[in-house]
Amino acid sequence: MKTPDFNAVCPIPISQYPHVLMAHGGGGKLMHRLLEDVFGKAFSNQILDTRHDSAQFTVPPGRLAMTTDSYVVRPIFFPGGDIGSMAIHGTVNDLAMSGARPLYLSCGFIIEEGLPMETLWRVVCSMSDAAKKCGVQIVTGDTKVVDKGKGDGLFINTTGIGVIEHGQKIAPQNVQPGDAVLVSGDLGRHGMAIMAVREGLQFESTIESDSAPVQEPVLALLKNEVEIHCLRDLTRGGLASALNEIAEAAGVKIAIEQNVVPVREDVHAACEMLGLDPLQVANEGRFVAFIPAKDSGRALQILRHHEVSAAAALIGKVAEKAAPLVTIRSVLGVSRILDMPSGEQLPRIC
Amino acid sequence: MKYLDEYRDGDLAQKLAAEIHRVTTKPWTIMEVCGGQTHAIVKFGIDELLPKQITLIHGPGCPVCVTPLEVIDQALEIAARPEVIFTSFGDMLRVPGSTTDLLAVKAKGGDVRIVYSPLDAVKIAEENPAREVVFFGVGFETTAPATAMAVFQAAQKGLKNFSLLISHMLVPPAIEALMSSPNCRVQAFLAAGHVCAVMGYEEYFPLVEKYRVPIVVTGFEPLDILQGILMTVLQLEQGRAEVENQYVRAVTRAGNQPAQELVKKVFTVVPRKWRGIGEIPQSGLGLSEAYAVFDAARKFKLADHRVEEPAECIAGLILQGLKKPHECPAFGTRCTPEHPFGATMVSSEGACAAYYQYRRHDAAQLAEAK
Repeated sequence: MKTPDFNAVCPIPISQYPHVLMAHGGGGKLMHRLLEDVFGKAFSNQILDTRHDSAQFTVPPGRLAMTTDSYVVRPIFFPGGDIGSMAIHGTVNDLAMSGARPLYLSCGFIIEEGLPMETLWRVVCSMSDAAKKCGVQIVTGDTKVVDKGKGDGLFINTTGIGVIEHGQKIAPQNVQPGDAVLVSGDLGRHGMAIMAVREGLQFESTIESDSAPVQEPVLALLKNEVEIHCLRDLTRGGLASALNEIAEAAGVKIAIEQNVVPVREDVHAACEMLGLDPLQVANEGRFVAFIPAKDSGRALQILRHHEVSAAAALIGKVAEKAAPLVTIRSVLGVSRILDMPSGEQLPRIC
Repeated sequence: MKYLDEYRDGDLAQKLAAEIHRVTTKPWTIMEVCGGQTHAIVKFGIDELLPKQITLIHGPGCPVCVTPLEVIDQALEIAARPEVIFTSFGDMLRVPGSTTDLLAVKAKGGDVRIVYSPLDAVKIAEENPAREVVFFGVGFETTAPATAMAVFQAAQKGLKNFSLLISHMLVPPAIEALMSSPNCRVQAFLAAGHVCAVMGYEEYFPLVEKYRVPIVVTGFEPLDILQGILMTVLQLEQGRAEVENQYVRAVTRAGNQPAQELVKKVFTVVPRKWRGIGEIPQSGLGLSEAYAVFDAARKFKLADHRVEEPAECIAGLILQGLKKPHECPAFGTRCTPEHPFGATMVSSEGACAAYYQYRRHDAAQLAEAK
């Protein structure tokens, strides 16, 4: 992730404090300086700049959506993103799944003593950059420093508030037989990007995470009055987990066609090598949409207009009200269950 | 994807299936030996393309499944020791021993690491001279050469802190054990392609001779498996019993000889207990005397682990092809991949886990139809 020019130099002189110390969370001068020079500088906006214990703001009329998520990804920087941009995108995407326009974020940092100050600064810049692109403001926050060995470098929590400016009911219970199932792009890239770095696997090309905000295409669907029954962010557990959760909540059977599910060739190859199913692998910039058949063609067109969802595809439909089940028709034309992954995904022996 | 999609072509698969229908006139029972084949058969629904007269039985070729409980318990004991870095292929981590599994040992502070090659474990040993690094060597002839190479390299480098907890298995003795069982229903075998890529298929001629049973060396992609089945059915229908090779793009009659030589140098053939089946003579690989110093079981003076399988588990019957997973009363209810009773529910390549993952909605109907 590129950091903007104005942020090129860390404002806390490296020669003085190359690493985060316990005192940076101790409530004294060092902590004050960290808050002012790092967070205050990077996230500056009118609400944050009042430096009050809580942020005050007015919200436009309409219902509000609120969500929270914690980010513990390792490594902190990975091909296609980092923990900072991910902490913005993830929470913004959760808000978008209600069709909300994201407005404000809080952000909490848990920093392990000894984290290079330069690393913290890079992450903060990446967050600032991502927040600007998503049109959200970071209006309040918190910092804690924990003893060396009590954390894994850096954990971030973000909570988001967005405003719902549409009258639709977007929820799993609203999914109906006949609904088209759309995915917003190719699957499995984030999980394989992280696994490749973490496990030191080398493939012919670098697989980059799909970490990205998705609120633009969602808001475009709503603006164009596409009827949306349900949206779901595809994160851990991938498409398989999301579809199973929705099938269960809605009490329906969902049928997917394997040969139209978009998976990039490098991701497919990496999954084959490790014995993983790309439909069970994590994403960070993808969602699934349940759209009534009448609107599904138009929805696809709209999605494909946006870069983040340019590879959107119709992958199946909701079959009938029945005992919850997700099936996938193989390339040989035979249907089988598409299950949630069981526990952590582990590479196979052979 | 190149070299993959070609072997998953839906139209060609339908043509092969139609040909199998055309040549099949009688009921036949065929065992696919390898868990990788079982997984592909159930995942792609290959068995559903076959005529009703053909019954596929899922064999004992899942290395995770047949690793005996005692060895898992040994692994757990070693991995819990503070001086040890315990390295293993990923899917062994979830396999329950009699009380717990390696993931739980890791959660309690054990240093358990996933490696993708046994050579990675050797590297870890070099980098951590103050720690004891143990590799969990499991699998069939397919993975044995890589394990042998790790031991060979450790010896060459003079590493004193590397050892091997070994439970390697050999396929042909298991086929022999199945064929000599009085309950055996199997009329033909699809032999495991990757085992043969290493070992070749000389070993199968005596079996074919002795038991008059067709053996077709078969690959793992849908078209491989369908073609393997077609070749097998043709032999059965024509009253032939021969060794044939479907997987010519990977397997030669003599196999990979440098790999075989290395295995012979480092390992020696030993009797081995198979989870769910019992002890089979000459069916395993242990460290040869020259490399015995690398034996983790000796090094750590392990407790005597003798444990019984849960009485309710019918994994033994399933591994011998006498029962199908859904015929077990515990299947999918009390026994699931999250809480497996036994071997075949443990790994995704085990027959029960494959049925659970891809088929459990049919299981109720299948059970009724019986």
